[in-house]
Amino acid sequence: MNKVNGKITSVNGNMISVRFDEAVSLNEVGYAILGEVKLMAEVIRIRGTEADMQVFEDTKDLTIDGIVEFTGELLSVELGPGLLTQIYDGLQNPLPQLAEKCGFFLERGVYLDALPRETKWAFTPTAKVGDTLTAGETLGTVPEGIFEHRVMVPFNFDGRYTVESISAAGEFTVSEVIAQLKDSDGKIHDITMLQRWPVKLPITAYTERLRPTTPMTTKTRIIDTFFPVALGGTYCIPGPFGAGKTVLQQLTSRYADVDIVIIAACGERAGEVVETLREFPELTDPRTGKSLMERTVIICNTSSMPVASRESSVYTAVTIAGYYRQMGLNVLLLADSTSRWAQALRETSGRLEEIPGEEAFPAYLESVIAGFYERGGIVTLKDGTTGSITIGGTVSPAGGNFDEPVTQATLKVVGAFHGLSRARSDARRYPAIDPLDSWSKYPSIVDETQSNMAKALLRRGTEIGQMMKVVGEEGTSIEDFIIYLKGEYLDSVYLQQNAFNDVDSACSAERQQEVFGTICDFLEADMNFADKTVARTFFHKLAQTTKDWNFIEMESPEYKQVMTKLETMVAEVSNNE
Amino acid sequence: MNKVYHQVDNIAGSVINIRAKDVKYGELAEVTSRNGSSLAQVIRLDGEEVSLQVFEGARGVATDAKVKFMGRAMQVPFSEDLLGRIFTGSAVPRDKGPKLEENMIDIGGPSVNPAKRIIPKNMIRTGIPMIDIFNTLVESQKLPIFARAGEPYNQLLARIALQAEVDVIILGGMGLKHDDYLYFRDTLEENGALSRSVMFIHTASDPVVECLMVSDVSLATAEQFALEGKRVLVLLTDMTNFADAMKEIAITMEQIPSNRGYPGDLYSQLASRYEKAVDFDTAGSITILAVTSMPGDDVTHPVPDNTGYITEGQFYLRDGRIEPFGSLSRLKQQVNGDTREDHRTIMDTMIQLFSSYRETVEKKSMGFRMSDWDNKLLKYGERFENEMMDLSVNIPLEGALDLGWEILADCFDAIETGINSDILDKFWPKK
Ligand SMILES: Nc1ncnc2c1ncn2[C@@H]1O[C@H](COP(=O)(O)OP(=O)(O)O)[C@@H](O)[C@H]1O
Ligand SMILES: [Mg+2]
Repeated sequence: MNKVNGKITSVNGNMISVRFDEAVSLNEVGYAILGEVKLMAEVIRIRGTEADMQVFEDTKDLTIDGIVEFTGELLSVELGPGLLTQIYDGLQNPLPQLAEKCGFFLERGVYLDALPRETKWAFTPTAKVGDTLTAGETLGTVPEGIFEHRVMVPFNFDGRYTVESISAAGEFTVSEVIAQLKDSDGKIHDITMLQRWPVKLPITAYTERLRPTTPMTTKTRIIDTFFPVALGGTYCIPGPFGAGKTVLQQLTSRYADVDIVIIAACGERAGEVVETLREFPELTDPRTGKSLMERTVIICNTSSMPVASRESSVYTAVTIAGYYRQMGLNVLLLADSTSRWAQALRETSGRLEEIPGEEAFPAYLESVIAGFYERGGIVTLKDGTTGSITIGGTVSPAGGNFDEPVTQATLKVVGAFHGLSRARSDARRYPAIDPLDSWSKYPSIVDETQSNMAKALLRRGTEIGQMMKVVGEEGTSIEDFIIYLKGEYLDSVYLQQNAFNDVDSACSAERQQEVFGTICDFLEADMNFADKTVARTFFHKLAQTTKDWNFIEMESPEYKQVMTKLETMVAEVSNNE
Repeated sequence: MNKVYHQVDNIAGSVINIRAKDVKYGELAEVTSRNGSSLAQVIRLDGEEVSLQVFEGARGVATDAKVKFMGRAMQVPFSEDLLGRIFTGSAVPRDKGPKLEENMIDIGGPSVNPAKRIIPKNMIRTGIPMIDIFNTLVESQKLPIFARAGEPYNQLLARIALQAEVDVIILGGMGLKHDDYLYFRDTLEENGALSRSVMFIHTASDPVVECLMVSDVSLATAEQFALEGKRVLVLLTDMTNFADAMKEIAITMEQIPSNRGYPGDLYSQLASRYEKAVDFDTAGSITILAVTSMPGDDVTHPVPDNTGYITEGQFYLRDGRIEPFGSLSRLKQQVNGDTREDHRTIMDTMIQLFSSYRETVEKKSMGFRMSDWDNKLLKYGERFENEMMDLSVNIPLEGALDLGWEILADCFDAIETGINSDILDKFWPKK
């Protein structure tokens, strides 16, 4: 390793300039020495013999001519068994362990191992001596909670390798050698269960990328039925503050039908992450019967934590997601909020005095956002199995106006758009996804002709509602008025979902198919009412009974009873065909 | 030995530049001219060029001013003796009490490790139905009052502070009108709360840099009390003045503004203050109630907008009432499930009906015929505005919930409220 030292020539907020006289590279990590502590920093620009570095810590007390030690390594994370259940900061420091060491506050310059070094893992070899393997192929497995964790040929190994030796089944720590590989030049490489990967680079040890077409059930009706997400797809949730972005992501992180969830709490409230990290260990994952934490990794770089590591945190998250995808798992990455990450870029760009683009965001904002979402996707691995990374990012547009650089750049690259509306959240119509504005390019779990019929009815109902504001109820025909009521009904019993009711908060795909089918029959029924008041009263009653239905477990006998009751209610007001 | 320099190269706004060696980033210096002296802080190092932000402003600083570096960053004294006292933004006494110099603590310290936070769980009762029922305030919450100039936000702040059961009240005044400062002081005094309060006051006529320091000084002090196990309530008024002070300084430093002149790090700067609100695992708590005045009554203005993304909700004060729409307590669900079984139902139902009422009012103003349903809504809305929204109403939560049922039953048939059958059976008033 080349160990080069440099000297600080300027300090401005979290940015330092450093003069060096031997080679350094972009994105290389260096440490600013401050007495006993070392402050981690990353090279983000090089001009002549000066490197501009963003420091991942408070720069208080740094001086001109202070020493910076370059490491020769790019900003990287540790990959290996033991990542699941962890709570990391943006640089992969384990926060609970930091708390044990430092107490209440995040002391600067303290860096701990991301993976526990003492834990022994039960390794079972799957490769044999003499096998030829390439990067990403499996040498053996260890059980990690509910998963079979694959120990793989490091992703940065180019070309073909022959297995020289491999350990028999046994217990090993992540730093013990479990195999030796010989490259084409005959050089022997020791392999442990731990490998490092530079966060800014995607992991590409697979054979091909596929089109995302299999629905990923989130158990939120309006999403799965109307604006679905696919395994390996990407989607965004823009919305003004308080519209429900975070609650929606929290629900998804609990209920989504995926193997692993990586939560990137990026530059927003610490309190929201605390809810997750205190509650997940107590909640059972219905798929496995184990605690939800066992399928979760939390990357937590909240708003008051250093801005530079906020920028890294989304890359740390997507790199860990990529690692588990290599094991043939479906991984969901939820980032809240990508706007904070974009703002971190903006702060850095401002300190570098780069020419600003729109709203002072850097000119390269779009390509950086596109590059991030490109790291999602479903792939065929070298053993023929598939793995996926689905990425969902919230966007926090200034003033709640979607016509701003981060929302616009994101909309260009994602496959589904769940736009939250202030009007809906003010009216407590949760989740406040706007049914008329949102879209998805992925296939739904329900029959598309039906969902299109329902969308058209919603649109028509809204138009009639608007018209009624101008011409009044008396100026509206009873036929139109019924369409309006049907739209409102669909909205209140199906689009809206109670996040705090144990049953309603998660609606399985099977249940959605049945309920939606039933409701579509109601929407298509040719109803007949004496006048508008009778019609309104009927729909009030129908809505209330349907909401009661939503709160009943599908397995209970009452569920079928209420369904029959609803069908009878509708039959009584409908003309027979 | 601390070095002393005598040559100031540039003076602009509140920032001066000198050439100096071995200076630490963030270090404090004392700048003395013929006209007096002020503390200053290092905000940029570039080779030998040092930029300093002068707390009392650079007005009157001479090119031959004496600049003496102190080798440490800004600190404030901390002890029980702070209680009942009034200070400036740089922690100099504003009252006639003695200067405190012991047990100095750093300000603007590191953030709390999220793993050491706990989920907030205690409701703060205010006796205001719009808060207690609809947007419950919770210990350790950070919550601003959004209001345009002229609304009685400081009165609301003072009323909540006096009604809340907390151990220590810290008031951080930023750009406060002198009258408002006296109002707070007298109100706390009259209600016997001054002895558990500390005030850090920057008034509109004080130097702008001190405005920036008020929140840091207030919160550093609050943190110490909280670490001793105290429940601390911090009142910050007005955070828009804080943001404007930041804007002023950023412009003098020739930083590229991001939105309407505010610096690109406005969000991070506000967040690092508000995030000091905390419920410590095994110690006390800090609750922050702030005022964010809205220039032009515009929520999309950068200051309220960024604030809304940081805080755990907001109380929207308009025409002397807390507006149900736009107001939000994000922590309410942590506590409103354990108050009374009907709390959430009343909260949801009354707001949904109130939203329908607003639509009806709009229809009515356009001259449409009112249906039976509209008339019911009109009656309901009026009672809601007078008996729930009016800020003079002062009743405990349970009384307010009972009142809610009474109003609903007076105005609607049970079925029209959309309330679930089992709750209706239990709570709907029998006639
Ligand atoms: N699905 C929901 N059901 C009920 N309440 C909700 C829902 N989504 C949001 N809310 C309410 O809105 C508040 C703000 O939601 P949050 O997700 O934090 O907004 P954002 O992240 O968009 O700022 C929550 O604290 C909660 O009171
Ligand atoms: Mg949020």
